[in-house]
Amino acid sequence: MLDTITRWWEGFAPYVPGFAAASGLVLVLSVLAIVVSWACGLLAALGKVSRFAALRRVSEFYIWFIRGTPTLIQIFIIYFGLPQMGLRLSPFVAGVIALGVNGGAYVAEIVRSGLSAIPKGQMESAQALGMSRWHMMSRIILPQVFRVILPPVTNEAITMVKNTSLLSTITVVELTLYSQTIIATTFRPFEFYIATALIYLVMTSLISQAAGQLERYYARSL
Amino acid sequence: MVGEPLIRIRDLRKRFGAHEVLKGVSLDVHAGEVVSVIGASGSGKSTFLRCVNVLERPNGGTMDFEGFHFDYEEGARRQPTPAQLRDLRARIGMVFQSYNLWPHLTVLENVVEAPIRVKGERPAEAREKAEALLARIGLAEKRHAYPSKLSGGQQQRVAIVRALAMQPRLMLFDEVTSALDPELVGEVLGLMASLAGEGMTMLLVTHEIGFAREVSNRVIFFDQGVIAEDGSPGDVLRQPSSERLKQFLRRVLHEDAYHAAPAAPLLGGRA
Ligand SMILES: Nc1ncnc2c1ncn2[C@@H]1O[C@H](COP(=O)(O)OP(=O)(O)OP(=O)(O)O)[C@@H](O)[C@H]1O
Ligand SMILES: [Mg+2]
Repeated sequence: MLDTITRWWEGFAPYVPGFAAASGLVLVLSVLAIVVSWACGLLAALGKVSRFAALRRVSEFYIWFIRGTPTLIQIFIIYFGLPQMGLRLSPFVAGVIALGVNGGAYVAEIVRSGLSAIPKGQMESAQALGMSRWHMMSRIILPQVFRVILPPVTNEAITMVKNTSLLSTITVVELTLYSQTIIATTFRPFEFYIATALIYLVMTSLISQAAGQLERYYARSL
Repeated sequence: MVGEPLIRIRDLRKRFGAHEVLKGVSLDVHAGEVVSVIGASGSGKSTFLRCVNVLERPNGGTMDFEGFHFDYEEGARRQPTPAQLRDLRARIGMVFQSYNLWPHLTVLENVVEAPIRVKGERPAEAREKAEALLARIGLAEKRHAYPSKLSGGQQQRVAIVRALAMQPRLMLFDEVTSALDPELVGEVLGLMASLAGEGMTMLLVTHEIGFAREVSNRVIFFDQGVIAEDGSPGDVLRQPSSERLKQFLRRVLHEDAYHAAPAAPLLGGRA
């Protein structure tokens, strides 16, 4: 038994630095894509309630298109499609943009539903005291929205980490593509895919953990 | 009453779509007056109150208040600007039926938020004043509690204190006891009565006819979007001139009696 484990570890050990680097890339990709998704999502959420019909139309189309098409096709459009239009992006940049734009449509919906979960009286009592719109949003409304949307936002972050695996298809050597290249030479798909899965699992579990802590912190006023 | 009114409203009109809710309301309120607004559901009482601090933008008429002159007529040049509205609202307190305390802030934070960030008071000073106000209503110990830990009556009294912390010149109350359990109504009405006693100018919508009679020095009856009767509580409540007010009073007083009656005999005469 001990023998088997030792042998298994010896087979695995040479790839540890590679796995670490690939995992690091997953984190970097996820963080950047999440930042892009929030920028897109907030813009789209604002656009959807804009005074201007054209902006509303654009936001609605964006959300409709992204949510109704496969993420993989969106990645292909940006990486393989855009060069035809004269815009050639590196796999890394194309990947961050594709995942960010994709996540933005979901963030927009989350923010919108969070805003509509706040009773109108919350805004009215702020306005009635003479607060500016900005003051009301930043100090009264958004902190409450944030608490409401924390669970779906956590899900989105987890989805983002898992979706980076799709970038293996456009030659970003993140965790999934890295393990595939090893498997191509070691012919040990079982161990290496399990190991890869476990690394994703650690990352997503850490996100859940952190979100749980935050939720407990917010629960103090419930 | 003589002298300049604190607030002067002329021919105020408000419609939602095709539905005209206020059809020309004129009213002067002098400093120190306590005016109760009564009327059937849907007669436009809340809409009127919300037009006073422009939570609803009127469609016509004028308003004068502390140097502000607003003309709501379509296309008028004296429509209030956003900055004027903030200034106006900072001087008019409003308390709602549903308290509307901010749940993510403690009692004290609820009270000091606007004085610090709207009026620019120094935090230490604002806190001191807030604590004094909370002590006055017996909620000093609750200052670090979140609203969810308070009873409805306590929340509503904090909401009143939150408005008072801005040192308003006029207070608006919209059925502030309607959402409360009956046994908690008294503490809120008590606070309002003591405010009235201290000379606060108040405009309040209420179904508490007893409170309107005892505390206010003027009662106005809203009917179908206009002020149908306006006078001292004695005149309006004891000698109503219109048939509609008589009907209305019969109905609410009847409900009052219904709520008050069963308690004593059924529960073994604790009263
Ligand atoms: N935002 C709104 N949009 C459309 N109609 C409205 C709006 N606010 C009020 N109304 C309508 O205006 C009329 C007057 O409403 P308001 O709330 O002022 O009555 P009220 O006298 O306060 O009644 P209550 O005693 O039930 O509180 C009602 O018919 C109501 O449906
Ligand atoms: Mg009302």
